[in-house]
Amino acid sequence: MSLLEALRSALSAIGANALRSALTMLGIIIGVAAVIAMVAIGSGARERVTSQIKSLGANLAIIQSGNVTQGGVRLGAGASSTLTDEDAAAILKEVEDVTAAAPIIVTRAQAVYAGTNWSTQITATDLDFFAAREWEIAEGRLFEPEELRKGEIVAVIGQSVARNLFGEENPLDQQFRIRNVPFKVIGVMAPKGQSALGQDQDDVIFVPLDTGRRRIVGRNYARDRSVQSIMVKFANEAAINPGIAEVSALLRQRHRLPEDQEDDFTVRNLTEIANTATAAATTLSWLLAAVAAVSLLVGGIGIMNIMLVSVTERTREIGLRLAVGARQSAVLTQFLIEATTLATIGGAAGVALGIAAALTIARIAGWPSVISIETILIAVGVSGLIGVFFGFYPARRAARLDPIEALRRE
Amino acid sequence: MALIETRDLSRVYDLDSGRVTALDRVSLAIEAGDLVAVMGPSGSGKSTFMNLIGCLDRPSGGHYVLDGVAVETLSGDGLASLRNRKLGFVFQQFNLLPRIDACANVELPMVYAGVSRAERRRRALAALSRVGLAERAHHRPMQLSGGQQQRVAIARALVNEPRLLLADEPTGALDSRTALEILALFQDLNREGVTVVLVTHDAEVARHARRLIRFRDGHLLADTRQGPADARAALAALDAVAGLPEPVLPEAAA
Repeated sequence: MSLLEALRSALSAIGANALRSALTMLGIIIGVAAVIAMVAIGSGARERVTSQIKSLGANLAIIQSGNVTQGGVRLGAGASSTLTDEDAAAILKEVEDVTAAAPIIVTRAQAVYAGTNWSTQITATDLDFFAAREWEIAEGRLFEPEELRKGEIVAVIGQSVARNLFGEENPLDQQFRIRNVPFKVIGVMAPKGQSALGQDQDDVIFVPLDTGRRRIVGRNYARDRSVQSIMVKFANEAAINPGIAEVSALLRQRHRLPEDQEDDFTVRNLTEIANTATAAATTLSWLLAAVAAVSLLVGGIGIMNIMLVSVTERTREIGLRLAVGARQSAVLTQFLIEATTLATIGGAAGVALGIAAALTIARIAGWPSVISIETILIAVGVSGLIGVFFGFYPARRAARLDPIEALRRE
Repeated sequence: MALIETRDLSRVYDLDSGRVTALDRVSLAIEAGDLVAVMGPSGSGKSTFMNLIGCLDRPSGGHYVLDGVAVETLSGDGLASLRNRKLGFVFQQFNLLPRIDACANVELPMVYAGVSRAERRRRALAALSRVGLAERAHHRPMQLSGGQQQRVAIARALVNEPRLLLADEPTGALDSRTALEILALFQDLNREGVTVVLVTHDAEVARHARRLIRFRDGHLLADTRQGPADARAALAALDAVAGLPEPVLPEAAA
């Protein structure tokens, strides 16, 4: 019996018990749909984390000042300004594999333009910041070294500030005020979107470090050269951990900390945080896939069950087929193909349902969902294999029937 | 050489209650072209004999040659192939597949013989017209009468041009008139050269054969030639008295 023949016969047998076949397939349909939907959502989540890491900038570490102890009270990170922009310069110069070290002072202030005002984050920094974050300018230009050195009153603004402060107007070369200081807009940054924590990274105004220190933040910063934090970018991921150790050693030396004293700064490896998030997303998708695999298994057992029923019901048919000259292998193939067809049709229906579910969930929950052709092929292939695996025992039972006994069966 | 030759053919079943000898050293030969009835009460060994010469079962001892092939040496696949090419089975319960039409039922043995689709269709229709059912080819078994179903089964048995037609109580599920029709068909086929072995417990059926083999308790009891009753003449006689309230016994026409 040719395969095509066997397939036609299988479809007719499946069609003869349409309701039963459909109910049997349901297990596979739900299993495959679950796999497709879960994998789609899982890879969507991973993709989102990856894109957030990208928007953060790769291979970054943040050094925060503070963590001093006063009279037994440990004040924690950022409590006092122990870092300076000279520290940043020294890190860039002396630590290997550091490609950028940006001193940063961050504060919140009200920006005022014409009739509008907008509270936003003011980040005072230098050009290394944009290199570290891999952040491009969209319109206008970044700070000139001269403007940084002299502390000119210029600003580069994020997309959200441009929209909220200037509306439809072109913000370039306009003047707006922060704490009554008139800043000139020289550039608008490219959009960066949300951070991993859901913050709007475009809601920001960049000013030269010195300008920010003298004109916007308090006297404390104006008096000395202190900064809140330094963002350090390493050449590659492998360089991060040794680099962080070197940076710490350098800073301890520069701050003249005795051997028995704690660091007066805190280093945080942002890539590590990002990697943890990726790992969590990966674990999540594996977990979901495992749950889906269990439902596939249950579906397979359902198929085995119904095939056993079918073999019992069709004992006489099997006996007759053997009597008219079917070899055992032909009977085995027939039932195997029937089980496989059942499973594969279920798998295909499951794919359709899974894609629909993934798209629906993606739309409702606002998650991205990634449906790959590989996932679909694997899902259909696996359901076919489930048919072969769980169909084998019933098929073998059919093939091994004694034709005399089988023909006698009522 | 005879079409079928058995020598000391035996079949012993090992049951929980002990060994049962269903067939005890039976030696006989059946020539091609004969119409043989195998008779005996239940438990006489006639079904066992039929299963053995039908290559559905293997003997416990002795030899069996079918059309020059020593059957006891064959593998399971070899037996399947022999059943497919040299044997045609007709059963009491017809054993038609209910989901497919008469033509597809008749095609079934050719499916396993590897005959092409078009050729199968052609030969199945030819076999159906041979049994007088050409116009019912696309009816399902449920839409056919018992006699028609048995004709489909006979067409199925004939379609691979077997050397031997084996019928196990072929009229057992039919009324007496339809039974006569089926017996007439067997006689017609036999006249055309088909070798037929009828297994039955019914003496009335056995009367239509040319040779009568009787079994009892696993032994060959008797082996006689006889002038067969003519089923077609009996049918004509029945038709002549058609309309009578009481069915006429077939003896009236003998």
